[in-house]
Amino acid sequence: MNNSYHLNYLEQLESESIHIFREVAAQFEKPALLFSGGKDSITLVHLARKAFAPGKIPFPLVHIDTGHNFPEALDFRDALVNQLGATLVVRKVQDTIRQRNLTEPKGKFPSRNWLQTYTLLDTIEEFGFDCCIGGARRDEEKARAKERIFSVRDEFGQWNPKLQRPELWNIYNGKIHKGENVRVFPISNWTELDIWNYIRRENIDLPSIYFAHERKVIQHEGQLVAISEFVQPDEQDIVMTKKVRYRTVGDMTCTAAVESTAETLEEVINEIIATRISERGETRIDDKVTEAAMEDRKKNGYF
Amino acid sequence: MDLLRFITAGSVDDGKSTLIGRLLYDSKNILIDQLEALEKSTRNRSDGSVDLALLTDGLRAEREQGITIDVAYRYFNTPRRKFIIADAPGHVQYTRNMITGASNASLIIILIDARLGVVEQTRRHSIIASLLRIKHVVVAVNKMDLVEFSQDVFNNIVIDYNGVAAQLGLKNITYIPMSALDGDNIVDKSRRISWYTGKPLLEFLEEVQLDEDVNLTDPRFQVQFVIRPQTGELHDYRGYAGKVISGIYKKGDRVTVLPQGIETTIASVESAGKEVEEVFAPQGAVLQLADDIDISRGDSIVKSDNLPQVSNELEVLLCWLDDKPLMTGNKYLLQHNSRLVRAIVKQVEYKIDVNTLQQQPVEGNVKLNEVVKATIKTATPLVYDSYEKLSEYGSAILVDETSNSTVAAVLIK
Ligand SMILES: Nc1nc2c(ncn2[C@@H]2O[C@H](COP(=O)(O)OP(=O)(O)OP(=O)(O)O)[C@@H](O)[C@H]2O)c(=O)[nH]1
Ligand SMILES: [Mg+2]
Repeated sequence: MNNSYHLNYLEQLESESIHIFREVAAQFEKPALLFSGGKDSITLVHLARKAFAPGKIPFPLVHIDTGHNFPEALDFRDALVNQLGATLVVRKVQDTIRQRNLTEPKGKFPSRNWLQTYTLLDTIEEFGFDCCIGGARRDEEKARAKERIFSVRDEFGQWNPKLQRPELWNIYNGKIHKGENVRVFPISNWTELDIWNYIRRENIDLPSIYFAHERKVIQHEGQLVAISEFVQPDEQDIVMTKKVRYRTVGDMTCTAAVESTAETLEEVINEIIATRISERGETRIDDKVTEAAMEDRKKNGYF
Repeated sequence: MDLLRFITAGSVDDGKSTLIGRLLYDSKNILIDQLEALEKSTRNRSDGSVDLALLTDGLRAEREQGITIDVAYRYFNTPRRKFIIADAPGHVQYTRNMITGASNASLIIILIDARLGVVEQTRRHSIIASLLRIKHVVVAVNKMDLVEFSQDVFNNIVIDYNGVAAQLGLKNITYIPMSALDGDNIVDKSRRISWYTGKPLLEFLEEVQLDEDVNLTDPRFQVQFVIRPQTGELHDYRGYAGKVISGIYKKGDRVTVLPQGIETTIASVESAGKEVEEVFAPQGAVLQLADDIDISRGDSIVKSDNLPQVSNELEVLLCWLDDKPLMTGNKYLLQHNSRLVRAIVKQVEYKIDVNTLQQQPVEGNVKLNEVVKATIKTATPLVYDSYEKLSEYGSAILVDETSNSTVAAVLIK
């Protein structure tokens, strides 16, 4: 057998994801791609583009905007949408808080992460989305490691981990009742390192904050948090200027920076290979609360 | 780098989750914060040891009950290979979740508790392994620490399991005595099991020959989605997007569109919007055809000199996965990759008894977890090969239209 007819693992993962994207486009009437501006959703967009070329991506990108974004990520989002000629829908958590009279989390690092669910469910209802594509990976977290690629949610968006449909071979059953929706995770089987290697292989552009840069930060329980309009130092905080990069891009209020000198993709990948701390563990400020935090959020309609 | 997807199976409490935890732990694939979380959640264990099963038992209910309910996926690599592990539940109630994990595995590790030997779940999971034609089987005789690492105990289990394997036609079986709890023969060779001359598990997993599973000789392509940009210079563009299930496709190939039965030629082969020389399994592709033919999702494009079967009456093996029993004469949707057709289960011939592994008449309805031989009639013809010849083109699911659940795994004879 000729060796050139062989896909390496990245090519295998890519092919699996493209197959999933095409199933989504064909099986659902109104899918949407949830776009956060982070590397996983940027990779998703890249894969979607490949899946439907030379046509356009046949669904809108939806950004559930917490209002606590990195400005670099927002600029990147707008430029990408522009370049793709894609439709972008932005719905703001701030508006949901006002309309639904929700209580803002308080504290020094007020995370709106959990409130995103309300805005997401409202947006699903507003547009009648029957499928939301997300960039969650199973290697991120152990509740995620349990979720199907096509994950059926009830009309409250809830995940029922004890009643998941069998998902056999590469056959995806997207049949749902009215009001339900499906969350689809095309990069379920990718690891953080796979994403980085793929970004290098495909030459995918990323927001600048993924690379080492100088930033004013404070230290919080061993993690570095950037000073911004959303996070202000207390009297006891020591404000330092450090060379950092971000390993994930979430909200400025709950994403920690990593001290780093990696200015190129190559250097970032080397640091990721060498690290002994997980992506979530190193970057999320709000996630250590309970072991079941993610499972609970998902049961409430979160991604 | 190569990719190996494997699954752990076997009866409840045989140590599947512990084994995976141990594999990750001893191969230094657990990160510091994950380890801290693990230590924190097992602090209340009486002997102070960490419970490695908690690395994969990611649901609250699983941690509370100390059992696995649904399959968990873990990813790790060594310098030699990349692995995707599916940790399956052992409990009979969750067999459908085990099948979910097994359907994409090319190797299965069947654990057996050395004290208990081959039990009903060992046989049930072995039946599934044989049905799905999982290429490699490792029988891990676990908890050897509880039988004083006895070679006799091990040998007797090997004899017993060889009987099961012979009846099921399972080949390529490797037996490894181990203690997942203590790490014997997982990553490092056990000094306490000195009579065992084979490899520890990880070394075996790194070296097992992955004879290319991909079939490059029988070209099969199913249309997933029709790309029609209908804009500007692409106004008349019509591309058939799908995955090459097997074989190789090139520009100029004579192809037949099925079930229509119309012949045409491939006008261009594209990948990610660019024209390419050829595409091969399992790549995604967009094919353009020379003639204007009415083609929609689920239709097959195959080489004219290598045709699959086309029929609306199928002999199948069914694994029933739903709590509601199968009633013969009921209508279901049959999904064969991207093709959806209405189907009736006409007749059930026999079921496979998990204890005797023999064929048995079916009394009444077919219940959850039963494996039966049946005849299915479809409303429009299906284009397929036998599961034995080409698993990806010979497998399907049944969907209950009233609940939308996936109720059966279908393996076409
Ligand atoms: N003594 C001994 N105990 C073991 C060994 N392997 C696992 N155990 C124990 O057996 C019990 C069950 O282990 P699990 O790993 O949860 O079993 P499982 O096969 O994953 O169970 P399910 O997923 O629920 O089917 C736990 O208390 C383990 O500590 C072993 O090699 N020796
Ligand atoms: Mg388990």
